[in-house]
This record gives sequence, C-alpha cells and structure tokens, in this order.
Amino acid sequence: MEPILEVRDLVKDYPGHRALSGISLSIPQGSFFSLLGPSGCGKTTTLRLVAGFEEPSSGEVRIKGEVVNHRKPYERNVSTVFQSYALFPHLTARGNVEFGLKRHGMSDIEKRVAEAITLVGLLGKEIRKPAQLSGGERQRVALARSLVLAPDVLLLDEPLAALDPKLRKQMRSELKAMQRRVGITFLLVTHDQEEALSMSDQLAVMNEGHVEQVGSPEDIYLRPRTKFVAGFLGAVNWIEGIGIRPESTRIGREAENHGAKSFPALVTDSVFLGDCFQVIVRMASGEEAVAQVHRSSPVFQRGESVHISWNPSDEISVA
Amino acid sequence: MKLRTWFVLPTWVWMAGLFAAPFAIILAYSFLTRGDYGGVEQPWTLENYQRLFDRLYLIILLRSFAMASVATVLCLILAFPVALFISQAPRRKNLYLQLVMLPFWTSFLVRTYAWLFLLRDTGLINTFLEKIGIIHSPLPLLYNSGAVLLGLVYGYLPFMVLPIYATLERLDPSLPEAAADLGARPWTTLFRVIVPLSRSGIIAGAVLVFIPCLGTYLTSDLLGGGRTVLVGNLVQSQFTTARDWPFGSAVSMLLMLLVTLLVWGFLRRESEQLS
Amino acid sequence: MKRWLAVYAVGFFAFLHLPLLTLAVFSFNSSRFTVWEHFSLEWYRAIFRDPELVEATWNSVIVAVAATVIATVVGTMCAYALWKKKSRLLTGTLYLSLVTPEIVTGISLLALFQWMFRWLHWHLGLYTVILAHVAFSIAYVVIVISARLRTLSPSLEEAALDLGANEWGAFFYVILPALGPGIIAAALLALTVSFDDYVITSMVAGVDSQTLPMVIYAMARRGASPVINAISALITVFFGILIVISEQVREA
Repeated sequence: MEPILEVRDLVKDYPGHRALSGISLSIPQGSFFSLLGPSGCGKTTTLRLVAGFEEPSSGEVRIKGEVVNHRKPYERNVSTVFQSYALFPHLTARGNVEFGLKRHGMSDIEKRVAEAITLVGLLGKEIRKPAQLSGGERQRVALARSLVLAPDVLLLDEPLAALDPKLRKQMRSELKAMQRRVGITFLLVTHDQEEALSMSDQLAVMNEGHVEQVGSPEDIYLRPRTKFVAGFLGAVNWIEGIGIRPESTRIGREAENHGAKSFPALVTDSVFLGDCFQVIVRMASGEEAVAQVHRSSPVFQRGESVHISWNPSDEISVA
Repeated sequence: MKLRTWFVLPTWVWMAGLFAAPFAIILAYSFLTRGDYGGVEQPWTLENYQRLFDRLYLIILLRSFAMASVATVLCLILAFPVALFISQAPRRKNLYLQLVMLPFWTSFLVRTYAWLFLLRDTGLINTFLEKIGIIHSPLPLLYNSGAVLLGLVYGYLPFMVLPIYATLERLDPSLPEAAADLGARPWTTLFRVIVPLSRSGIIAGAVLVFIPCLGTYLTSDLLGGGRTVLVGNLVQSQFTTARDWPFGSAVSMLLMLLVTLLVWGFLRRESEQLS
Repeated sequence: MKRWLAVYAVGFFAFLHLPLLTLAVFSFNSSRFTVWEHFSLEWYRAIFRDPELVEATWNSVIVAVAATVIATVVGTMCAYALWKKKSRLLTGTLYLSLVTPEIVTGISLLALFQWMFRWLHWHLGLYTVILAHVAFSIAYVVIVISARLRTLSPSLEEAALDLGANEWGAFFYVILPALGPGIIAAALLALTVSFDDYVITSMVAGVDSQTLPMVIYAMARRGASPVINAISALITVFFGILIVISEQVREA
C-alpha cells in the first residue's frame, strides 16, 4: 500500500547551519510513527516542513503521493498539535474545536464537534476557556481541534513535554488508544525514548540532521545499528567493542558456563535505586561496566572480586 | 503580495506624506530666503543658519538648554523619593502608580492652566497670602522664568517617576540588605547602592523629560507670557508674527538636530548596555 | 527613613493633585474672584450659552473620533506587519515622530498645507486637523499594540493557518480578537492625545475650525475666567472616565 506520507531527500538550510541533510522517510497509513532524537537533530524541522510552516531547501514532501512542497498549511490535509497547544485564548474549548471546521466550511459542525469532544473526554467542559482548563485538559482540546478535521496525518510536536510525569504516563496509553480508535496516521516528535518506544508502531532515530535508523521499537532497542542509536535508547556497556545493556548484565561470585560469556571483575560501587541495584565493576582490561541487579540478590561490597556475565544473543554489534 | 505588505502600506503613505514630506519642505525652506510679503523664495542661501549664531539667538538657545536642564534635575530630585516609596510599598503599589499617572492623563493644557490660575496677581496664592496679611500687594509669580520652570516640572514629573520606579522594581532586594549587613546606614545605602543601580532608569527619565522641555512651546507661552522666549516660542513667532519662514525653518532644523542627537546617543548607550 | 518617605509621598501627591482640585473647586464659586462666595453652577451654564465654545467642543469631538478611528486601524495593521517582519526604517520614523517637538511638527505641516493650497487649492480646515492628528497618533497606537503582540505566542498564528485559515483569516479570527483590550487601550490613548492637542492644531486649523483647546487657550491668554475652570473640570472628568474605562478593559 502507498505510504500516506513520504519525504524524499529533504534538505533544510538556515543561514549558518544545515538543519536537515537529505532525509527520506516513508510513513505507512494508519500507523503511529515517531521521530526520536536529541534537541537540534532536525525532528521538529521535519515536522514543520510536513505541516507547511516552512519550505524545504530541496527534496520533496509527498502526501498521498502528491508533492505538496509549495502548498500553504491551510492547503494541506495535515493538522498539528503544538507543544504549547496554541489554543485561541478568546474562544471556548468548543470554539477552538469548531475553528477549523468553520474555516473549511464543513457541514454538520455541531455533530462533529460533539464527537471530537467526547472522544478526548472533555464532555461537560467545552464551554470553558483555555485559561480555565488544566494542562491536561488543554492538550485534549488541542487534540480534538485537530482530529475533528480528519486529517491525513496528525502531527504532534512533543505533546507530552508540558505535562507532569504521572499525567504523562497516563496520556501515553490514552494517545495510543485514541490513535487505534480513529485510525488516523500519527507522526509524533519527541526526545523521550520511553515515550517513543511505548507508543510507536515504528520510529526513526535522528541525529544532527539525518536519520540513523528506522524500525519497530524492538528492532531499534535490541538491534541498534549505530553507537548513537544504542546509546540514545538506553544505557549500554561497551566492552571491547561489544555492547551489552545493564539489564542484560549479570553479576555473580562464580563464572557462568552453559554458553554465557563471563569475565572476572572488581566491584567499584553498588548503588541502591529502590527497584534494583546498580553495580559498577571494573574489568581486567580497565573498562568499566554497569550491571542492573535485582533487589533480592546478595549485596556486593566495594572491592569484591566477582564475575560479570551475559548471553551472546543479547550482544549489540554496531557498524 | 503578502498580507503584511498591504498592512504596512497606509502607515508608509501617511508617514511619507505627513511627516517626511513636511520635514523635507522645511529643510528646503531653511536654505531659502524670506520674500517681501512673508513668502518663501529663492535665492538659496546659508544666511538663515548663519543668523543662528547671532548673540540674540544663541542666548535663546542657551536659555532653553538651561531651562530644560534645570527642569530635568528638579524632576529627578522630586521624583526619585516617590519612586522609591512606591517600590518599597508592601501593597497598593498599583494605587500609588495610578495616583501618579492620573494627572498625566488629564489635559496637559488644563494642568498648565491650573498654575496660571494659582499664580496670577488675582490668583489663589496671592489672594490667600493677602488675606492672611503676609503681603499687601500681589507678588509677580507669573509671567517669568520661574513660572515656566514650575509648569515644566509639574507637567513632566510623571515621566520621571515611571522609568525610575521600573528600574527600582527590578532591583535585587538582597543588595540593599547586603549593604546594611556590611554596616551601611540607610542614607549610605541609598546613595552608594540604590541610586547607582537605578542609573538606567534615571537616564531614561532624564531623556523623557529633557527632550519635550527643550522643545516646549505651550508652557513657556502660557506661563511665561511671551517674556520668556525659548526655542519653541522662537519657531512659532517666525511662522506667525515675524513671517520669516526660512529662518524659522532653520531654527526648527537646529532643534530637530539636537533632539535627534540626544535620542540617538541615548539609544546607542542602551544597546551598548545590553551587549 | 521609611517614615520620611511616606511623609514626602503624601506631600508629593498633594502637589500633583491640589492644583487641579482647586481649579475644580473654584469652578463652583459664584464669584469670578478667588475668594469663595457661594456654591454656583453659573459658570457651567455659561459654557452652554457660548456658541463659540459649543462649536469648538463639537469640532474637537469630530476630530478626535475621526483621527482615533483612522489611527487605530492604520496603527494596528502597522504593528502587526512589524511583528511579522521588522523594519528599522519604519520603526525609527515612528519613534522620530514621537520625539519631534510639537511646534516643529505643527509648522512643518502648515508649510505642507500651504504648499498644497498653492498647487492643489487646499484650504486649512477641520480635515487638515484630522490628517495632522492621525500623523502623530499612529506611533502611539503602534507602541501599544506592539507591546500587546509581544505577549502573544507565534504558534497562535501557525495554529490558525494549520486549521484552515488563510493569512487574512488568521489575522481576523485569531490575532485581532486576542488583541482586543489592547486595541481599546490604544484607541483611548489616541483619543486623549487628539482631544488635548493645542500646539499642532493651532498651526493647521482653519479660521472657522477651532477646537476646544484653541478656544480655551485664547480665553486664558485674554485673562483667566471661571468659565475655563468649569470647562477644565469637565474635561478632567471626561478624561478620567476614559482612563477608568481603559483600566477596566485591561483587567478583563
């Protein structure tokens, strides 16, 4: 099936630096796709080029196969949920949700608005103005406002960043459920790897204006192709060029056999984190490694001689 | 064409037609000659500007400068304590600010006239003093430089209070506390810590007061009775009674030059401060 | 020291307000001298009996309203355009128009209008006053609206475009309503500046288009009269009401 959104060799230059160095992505219809990367990697720039707030220096943006490079934002069937939500302060929640429908001259405004407000769970609060709503409620209005237009792609610019941590976790599952329900393609931009992993069907890891890897969350996490991707998605121990994540690393008094790799090491520190121990060891080669050890295991003292072990199948090898 | 281009067009037209064009005309006039019947005609000449150096006109210029300077200093001295008071007030700050701004919002003409009412021979002050027997004939309080000065200070005082207050508000409250902690008494703290730190507000206020005072016309005409001739009065007289438009234009250009230099100097200083 | 400051502050506020208050008080004095006789509304009645005053007031209102409407519309559009794209030249010109001494603005406009008179047969009249008032009011409006625009998030406009409004729609349906109170504040500022202007108006008004400040000024130069006190009191109340409205709108 044809991807609903495609960017080909997209380049964006600003005076003084190049934000995007020719990226290509293909986003399947109905998927939850994330752009993940540190600030400055170009993910927000990509989003803005898709939305139409800026034009690419070269390359193409295609929606449903059509090149839309020169189309204004109001000529594209994509809608954006801004990081600050950008709700219109002089309108009520309902007024905000109605706005796009009115500009497009659509019919059945009342019915569609009611559906959207119910979908995001704001029934009863639609007569309030943004100033009278909480952060989470404002985000729902922003979502409803965009979804009610049934866009080809919904663009989300770090939508959970402004929420407090507890609310964030709750919204993650809600967003995911919402996407499944309406079936609209979501393109989400975030720097939080937990967010990207938990919500996405597919994600693209970006760094300094290019795409490092595209794949499913498991693919990206378990089989990263570059050191950057491995390190960005979680902690990694690099031991003689091989990568092992702390949660796959075990500490024991004895060396393990049965196919596992084991090396002698010296405990340099052991930190209690509540749900686990983080044990830091130094190996004979001088390299340091961190192991995530379950709370119930014996406590290791500084200076103890131990063995660090892992399964070869958990190894990460990168280019 | 972009929307913003359409939007900015009317202002361009208005500024070009009703600000820049008149200015250009005056600039041209300043190099022309007075006609026999008061018009403006050729030849082109520098005579008008040369006339500016006549003793008579230099005195007027100096007088304007002196008046504006004294008014500014007086405003500073009078305004600073109030600005300090408001910034230190625990509550009702807004009320005090309103009280300062309220007179400013009423008619400038009315406020200037109020002093005419108070200061003239049959005005309130003289009547009151005569009634309680301190004087037997009215004091000439009006139609002199003192009255003009009073009118200027009264008129532009709020312009000095606000910028100083704004700067004091942003002052880190722990700084005067630190000074006291290190042994400074209140007056020392005031003059060695608070005043120096409010320098930018003081300068802003000074500029906001000095410039209008330099070019004042209404106050000096109404309260000075035509006896206190400042630059503004000179310009007006040249364009009305004296009917010497070219010379009046030259004086205007000089005034504009002074004002522009002051503002430019001030803005330069501001941007230097920021960088 | 705090006590001294408070005492000084009281004195300061008294100095600031007493002249106006005494002016108002004596507007109710039946005698035309500054010795209190008895309460009287005579001088207020005199205002309405003076056709020159009534006509001048009417002219002031016409000029102020016309100039305010034009300046507010033009100034708001200008502030918006500058918000989208800065222009140092325009901003500099607007600021220059603010610091130019009124007498210089007045005579330069007079020169322009006289020139127009010679070549295009213009005459000085109420409309030249309105043109002049708009010219010096635009800068005030731009300043107030620009300050208000700075408080708006730029994403607001992008959101409007994103949802289907074109550039004009974004301005009309989102930015303009968001500016609401600011526009009213700017308009009230332009109104007060225009209504109170004497210097510039006196230079560009026609013989039969006198405004209230011009009449007051002429009366004041002839010799103070309690009628001026009465007018002054009325003007002060009028301006006071405008300020209160402005503050209420700002709170909203």
